[in-house]
Amino acid sequence: MTDQPKPNTLRSGPDERGFFGDFGGRFVAETLMPAILELEEAYTASKSDPSFQEELDGLLQHYAGRPSPLYFAERLTEHLGGAKVYFKRDELNHTGSHKINNCLGQILLARRMGKTRIIAETGAGQHGVAVATVCAKYGLPCEVYMGATDVERQSPNVMRMRMLGASINPVTSGAGTLKDAMNEALRDWVTNVGDTYYIIGTAAGPHPYPEMVRNFQSVIGTEAREQMLEREGCLPDAIVACIGGGSNAIGLFHPFLDDESVSIYGVEAGGHGVDVENGHAASMGGGEPGVLHGNRTYLLQDADGQILEGHSISAGLDYPGVGPEHSWLKDTGRVSYVPATDVEALEALQLCTRMEGIIPALEPSHALAYVTKLAPTMGKDQTIVMNLCGRGDKDLYTVAEALGWEI
Amino acid sequence: MAQKPNEKTRIDRRFADLKAQGRAAFVTFITAGDPDYETSRDILFGLADAGADVIELGMPFSDPMADGPAIQAASIRALSGGQNMVKTLQMVAEFRANDDETPVVLMGYYNPIYIYGVERFVEDAKLAGVDGLIVVDVPPEADDELCLPAMAKGLNFIRLATPTTDAKRLPRVLENTSGFLYYVSITGITGSATPDPTAVHDQVAAIRKSTDLPVAVGFGVKTPEQAKAIAAGADGVVVGSALVNAITQTIDQDGRATGKTVPAVLDMVKSLSAPLK
Repeated sequence: MTDQPKPNTLRSGPDERGFFGDFGGRFVAETLMPAILELEEAYTASKSDPSFQEELDGLLQHYAGRPSPLYFAERLTEHLGGAKVYFKRDELNHTGSHKINNCLGQILLARRMGKTRIIAETGAGQHGVAVATVCAKYGLPCEVYMGATDVERQSPNVMRMRMLGASINPVTSGAGTLKDAMNEALRDWVTNVGDTYYIIGTAAGPHPYPEMVRNFQSVIGTEAREQMLEREGCLPDAIVACIGGGSNAIGLFHPFLDDESVSIYGVEAGGHGVDVENGHAASMGGGEPGVLHGNRTYLLQDADGQILEGHSISAGLDYPGVGPEHSWLKDTGRVSYVPATDVEALEALQLCTRMEGIIPALEPSHALAYVTKLAPTMGKDQTIVMNLCGRGDKDLYTVAEALGWEI
Repeated sequence: MAQKPNEKTRIDRRFADLKAQGRAAFVTFITAGDPDYETSRDILFGLADAGADVIELGMPFSDPMADGPAIQAASIRALSGGQNMVKTLQMVAEFRANDDETPVVLMGYYNPIYIYGVERFVEDAKLAGVDGLIVVDVPPEADDELCLPAMAKGLNFIRLATPTTDAKRLPRVLENTSGFLYYVSITGITGSATPDPTAVHDQVAAIRKSTDLPVAVGFGVKTPEQAKAIAAGADGVVVGSALVNAITQTIDQDGRATGKTVPAVLDMVKSLSAPLK
């Protein structure tokens, strides 16, 4: 079998203007347009340069530790009593999440472009840590914008970034979460566009970021596809991933989009419940299309087009938008987007920890919460691959507090 | 290339008149509804007499990515005070009932317009008496989104050029721009660094080789001396954050307007515009 696109493929997007159907595009201030065009040109050149991919492959293998294992979660499978559950173990990557896949790709690009300063936004801090890591490795100064609320609830990652030499800029505007961090990173970029490269952490933002981040993350799905064929002799029946901006999800999904037998589920942060006003971060389940942060996509917003803050127990999913390719996949119906609440994610986290000896991050715990509903409805001869995209060390304080433990 | 509005707009007439008088336009920016509808309307009604030749009225947005802290705070105050697109258009209509000459340009971000509905927005804006639009996050590459529908309704679509807009890109920026070109004098967000007038004059001179449009310069102009220096080499000077700061400095602890708020803004307009007159 091959993973080459088919004639009626769902994998050919975006178009030359950066659109996936009606979603995506390039909605940025004029100051940034030349930088965006320069980035697109450099990225396009890198795609057709075998030495770029070779260098990246080497780093992914020897620095990040890829390929990540595909693990059969045997006790969990027995407990759920249905489909066989596999975890794609991207939490075992260096830095503890899938974020390093993208950061290695983008830092190589930044170096090729001659940029001497790196900025990034971060929510849970996993992307910030990955950026700080690659900046340390290549000796580039690094500024990370992080919402003040997130600085507090993800303090272990803040300390890791500091140790790696990054400057952390807590952002107090808005609710002090990922959206506000991205605004501030964009303001930095507008001001320092000449020498600065902005490593966006998710498959969102102005073209070419959604395509570029997706392609750097697609190593997840490409590996999972090969590993399943090797282990089970067939493709999985379902694949599941959590969605904030959606980079781990699109990375898993993209190589499977043309495999019609594979059901695909993206799990959004249901927070207190998708029917609670401004109480969730399910932009597709409870939002409308709009334009923010350089792209058109589903957004949490009010009737006047003002962006809502949203809520999730998980800092990494607490974002009012989503990558534009997900918006398109929702409207085409190829991917089913479903919510999992804070409470369900916490339960799933504990289940996984006790049954498999793996402490997942709160973000993939949302995906797992849906797996616990999905697996029992499927046959024992069927399979699910879930992207376990981050480890839970960073969430210990949040989880302990939610469970009412004395710290 | 799309057709430009045939009829002269208030913006065209105003810049032509000022050119005949041999002086630059003083362009003011305030955010509609900052800190509340009535105060903002009172400021708007007083701007022309205080010395504003062209009025930019900000449509508040929750996530103003190209703006510095002053205008971010103005947006938040306006939204907290209940400002929305309907009220912003209503404010322009009220202004237009008393002043049929001073051009009004709505400035902001795309999402509130997109949600209002582009066709409905350009229709209602024209009816309210709006003359032009500056929408920061809709570049020429996306002209079909808003620029072309606005032009079809006879609204000027005013584009920003920046120090990063090189000779290769400038024609693209100018292509569907009408009314005037807004030259952003610094690489940065609103209200930050102070521009160097000599460098700005050189950049404006370079732009003028490619267009007959008036060029107004903004971002970072805070004092009468700066306004005068910039005006010497441009067709207009835009002042925004300095006026918004006059609001910030005169509101009470709860963010409400005081008796000093309206006079503070209008006095600032008088003092900054005086050297141009």
